[in-house]
Amino acid sequence: MANIISEETIEYVGILAKLELSDEEKKQARKDMARMLDYIDQLNELDTEGVEPMSHVFSVENVLRRDVVTGGDMRDALLANAPEEKDGMFVVPRTFE
Amino acid sequence: MGKEKQYETVIGLEVHVELATRTKIFCGCSTAFGGEPNTHTCPVCTGMPGSLPVLNEKVLEYAVSVGLATGCEITRYCKFDRKNYFYPDNPQNYQISQLYLPICRNGSVEIETKDGTKQVGIHEIHMEEDAGKLIHDEWEGCTLVDYNRSGVPLIEIVSEPDMRNAEEVIAYLEKLRLIIQYLGASDCKLQEGSMRADVNLSVREAGEAYGTRTEMKNLNSFRAITRAIAGERERQIDLLEAGEAVIQETRRWDDERGCSYAMRSKEDAQDYRYFPDPDLTPVRISEAWLAERKAALPEFQTEKKIRYREEYQIPDYDIEILTGSRQMAELFEKTTALCGEPKKVSNWLMGEAMRLLKERGLDPEDIRITPSNLAELIAMTNRREINGAAAKEVFEAMFDTDVDPARYAQEKGLLMTHDTDALTRAVKQVLKDNPKSVEDYRGGKEKAIGFLVGQTMKAMHGKADPALINGMLRELLSGEAKFDA
Amino acid sequence: MKPMDLTAAELGRAIKEKQTTAMEAMQAVFEVIGKREESLNCYVTVDREAAFQRAEEVQKRIDRGELTGPLAGVPVAVKDNLCTKGMRTTCSSRILGNFVPSYTAEAVVKLEEAGAVIIGKTNMDEFAMGSTTETSAFGPTRNPWNEAYVPGGSSGGSAAAVAAGECFMALGSDTGGSIRQPASFCGIVGMKPTYGTVSRYGLIAYGSSLDQIGPLCRDVTDCAAMLEVISSHDAKDSTSIAREDTDFTAALTGDTAGLRIGIPRAYFAEGLAPAVRERVLAAAEVLRERGAIVEEFDLDLVQYAIPAYYTIASAEASSNLERFDGIKYGYRSGETEGLHKMYKKTRSEGFGEEVKRRIMLGSFVLSSGYYDAYYLKALRVKALIRQAFDAAFSAFDLILGPAAPTTAPLLGESLQDPIKMYLGDIYTVAVNLAGLPGITVPCGLDNTGLPVGMQLIGNCFEEKKLLRAAFAYEKARGAFAACREEA
Repeated sequence: MANIISEETIEYVGILAKLELSDEEKKQARKDMARMLDYIDQLNELDTEGVEPMSHVFSVENVLRRDVVTGGDMRDALLANAPEEKDGMFVVPRTFE
Repeated sequence: MGKEKQYETVIGLEVHVELATRTKIFCGCSTAFGGEPNTHTCPVCTGMPGSLPVLNEKVLEYAVSVGLATGCEITRYCKFDRKNYFYPDNPQNYQISQLYLPICRNGSVEIETKDGTKQVGIHEIHMEEDAGKLIHDEWEGCTLVDYNRSGVPLIEIVSEPDMRNAEEVIAYLEKLRLIIQYLGASDCKLQEGSMRADVNLSVREAGEAYGTRTEMKNLNSFRAITRAIAGERERQIDLLEAGEAVIQETRRWDDERGCSYAMRSKEDAQDYRYFPDPDLTPVRISEAWLAERKAALPEFQTEKKIRYREEYQIPDYDIEILTGSRQMAELFEKTTALCGEPKKVSNWLMGEAMRLLKERGLDPEDIRITPSNLAELIAMTNRREINGAAAKEVFEAMFDTDVDPARYAQEKGLLMTHDTDALTRAVKQVLKDNPKSVEDYRGGKEKAIGFLVGQTMKAMHGKADPALINGMLRELLSGEAKFDA
Repeated sequence: MKPMDLTAAELGRAIKEKQTTAMEAMQAVFEVIGKREESLNCYVTVDREAAFQRAEEVQKRIDRGELTGPLAGVPVAVKDNLCTKGMRTTCSSRILGNFVPSYTAEAVVKLEEAGAVIIGKTNMDEFAMGSTTETSAFGPTRNPWNEAYVPGGSSGGSAAAVAAGECFMALGSDTGGSIRQPASFCGIVGMKPTYGTVSRYGLIAYGSSLDQIGPLCRDVTDCAAMLEVISSHDAKDSTSIAREDTDFTAALTGDTAGLRIGIPRAYFAEGLAPAVRERVLAAAEVLRERGAIVEEFDLDLVQYAIPAYYTIASAEASSNLERFDGIKYGYRSGETEGLHKMYKKTRSEGFGEEVKRRIMLGSFVLSSGYYDAYYLKALRVKALIRQAFDAAFSAFDLILGPAAPTTAPLLGESLQDPIKMYLGDIYTVAVNLAGLPGITVPCGLDNTGLPVGMQLIGNCFEEKKLLRAAFAYEKARGAFAACREEA
């Protein structure tokens, strides 16, 4: 295996992705990711010098909307799915320590 | 040995400005202030699954206008990127912003410093969405989220590290504010958060390379900015003097305690994984559209000042103040166009308007008087329908509620009387009642006439023309006539 | 007459001609559901009451002459990653297990406007990540042809429901083959339109630059009719394209004379099951006999599509799935001590293994220091792949190949080795990278009696050519054995 994914890397990616893995899962994830990256490394066989990265397939440009109010008050419909709600707001664990 | 090191402060600013659009940047929800929590929301600005963003054309217009007004190059092909980070005020847990191809680059604004004028470079301006509001519920020990502000359009103006002290920072912010207000792109109020400045600061010994910088947030007033700059400069110098390193970090300014603290957590990796947002298409700016934007730019302060000097015979000081806000300048120009008396218009604005703004704690942008009403008031004084004191009363009413001056003066009984018989009777009565003053005046005490005018005004319940009374008194007193008969 | 013997288009006509009603059709569908759903598990949510109620309303509007389209009164199923107002929409994930959208996806709105009647929401691989419908949090769907096998994925519930007669047609979504591959495994017609043809508004995103909604149907005629209904230029989707040529049924002429069809040699190389190879090449022969010019050619970069696809799709998915955080909707972990703990617990408990695997990979390839080497590299390869197709379409009208290297695998066989599962996408993912339209049409059975699908790939905006060829082939082939008769 060319790619070696360290424990720190999996820990770091867990922070980025907000995922908490068990030790068993971490071990598996290190293996899976290394294998996948080895596989993706095939792309390096291709010379892409001077090739513009293509994020959109089509040249659709300038899709704009007028500055006109169309949205109404959807509070109740949107809050209906909230795991926890108070005073018309979404409740989260305190954001400061 | 022992020679004090000379440190230079190097400051760059990241200024966020809330744009004055009717709707949010990517959805049709209102940007109006003051709604109940979460009442200006839809699936898009609350990050509902399956919802998609569509760019508000007005945001692009404003961003490009600000770029043009600050001498930026406009990026002809620009894109939006996602900035990924988890925080509850950010419903998608990514913010749509611009990293790789921001809309404007390489501009500058000129500021006045005590050593003359100075250019502050603008590195870039990009468009992005604002976050929602977090309200800390102390009782329950939790945080509540309101997404009314989520998706409100912002531009972020990133300066070069060209400033060296708080005075320059404030001059730069004032200049940006003036330009943006002239464009009508934002009201730029620091206190209300429609303009927010993050300060990037480092120190270095004179002639050395830039030191490590920190970023300071939560600066809600010029005073806070000034204090934070002084505090951070001192903190960094202390570290360096103690042989320690400055750490590149984000710090939060606590204005109450007068110090900053690091906003660090091991859960904040500060790795935003920017990539082009696949839900939005690129924006390509045509020459024709750009020419339209250029043509639509207003006359800014610099040009206005030159024109005012040529067109209106008013003092430079007045010109400076009047052009210091677009609202004030427009009121001045439009009123002058109606009444043709620049000096009188200026006097009203420089005197009464400024006094009332200060008294009410308002900014010049808040002035709501219509030019036709102010012109009418000036005409009324010209026609001697109203005296100075009454005119000031009318002006104050206009300032507060933009009333029609003629109707207001009529209703409040402020119009001057034109009954000359009554006035003559009143004058004669006053002369008769005040023989001492008559004697004083005739004895050479010029000031005594003022008292007599005042007495007559009182007798006329303020509805007379003091100049006319003054004339009548002088005429009657010029003879030898006795009045006590 | 038995509604179940009809295609959707035939049913629509029969309802219009008063030979049957929308309610009778719905009744027939629920009879099949009653018999087969328990073992097949095509649906995550079925709303029987609402379905009959709506069938009645639609019938009234048909009787009043207000609904005249070909799909009026036809019972349809919708993949569970398309938002439906008031009806639970889960993406077959625990994290959205109780989510009830406040709005309906644009494609579904179009179907409802045409008078189609929604039966319920079909099972899928969790967040459309998978090729077997086994990663669903609500259990796997089984292949109606043989319940020991998977139906394919990720739109496996939609494909199985159409094949089994638990609906007349269904909507799916295709990010890397998720319509075409299950359609192939279930012996039905499935189509992925040109990117931008169907609005993505209300489609819960997996890989936004690759996702496209499309039809899964009993035959090519139904497919054209459904595509015609759901195609729209939607101002709510910035990537939606204004097209004028969406009268797709007009393309069903049966004429293939002069169509130039290219067969990429790499699509028939090592790894392709012999039975699949044989049936697909036989189908090409049928088209040649009907006047098409069929030639082999070398399509470049075939083996690079999968690594480029998984890099791009995982990167976009890692960002698209950040919004599932236990705050606004869906599952929240009981352990909520501290914000970041809440995020991590919620997401770790709410997402399944495959989803977590792709989120981790996607976060990694976008992270500082790797963005250029992985993500940008993949976008550059995407540009090259697009160029390879441009070159191919300068010589050919269509490209013909299999939809998958094998017929449906046995349940449980694929999840052992994720990379092996990814390799099964070799013939489908390049189409998504290049934004092209593709269709699969059943072209025979293998030795175990499982269906084989032929895939036709067209240039952008050339769905009509695809439909023309697919329709011509279908006519020549004749009726395809329907597995629903086993019921």
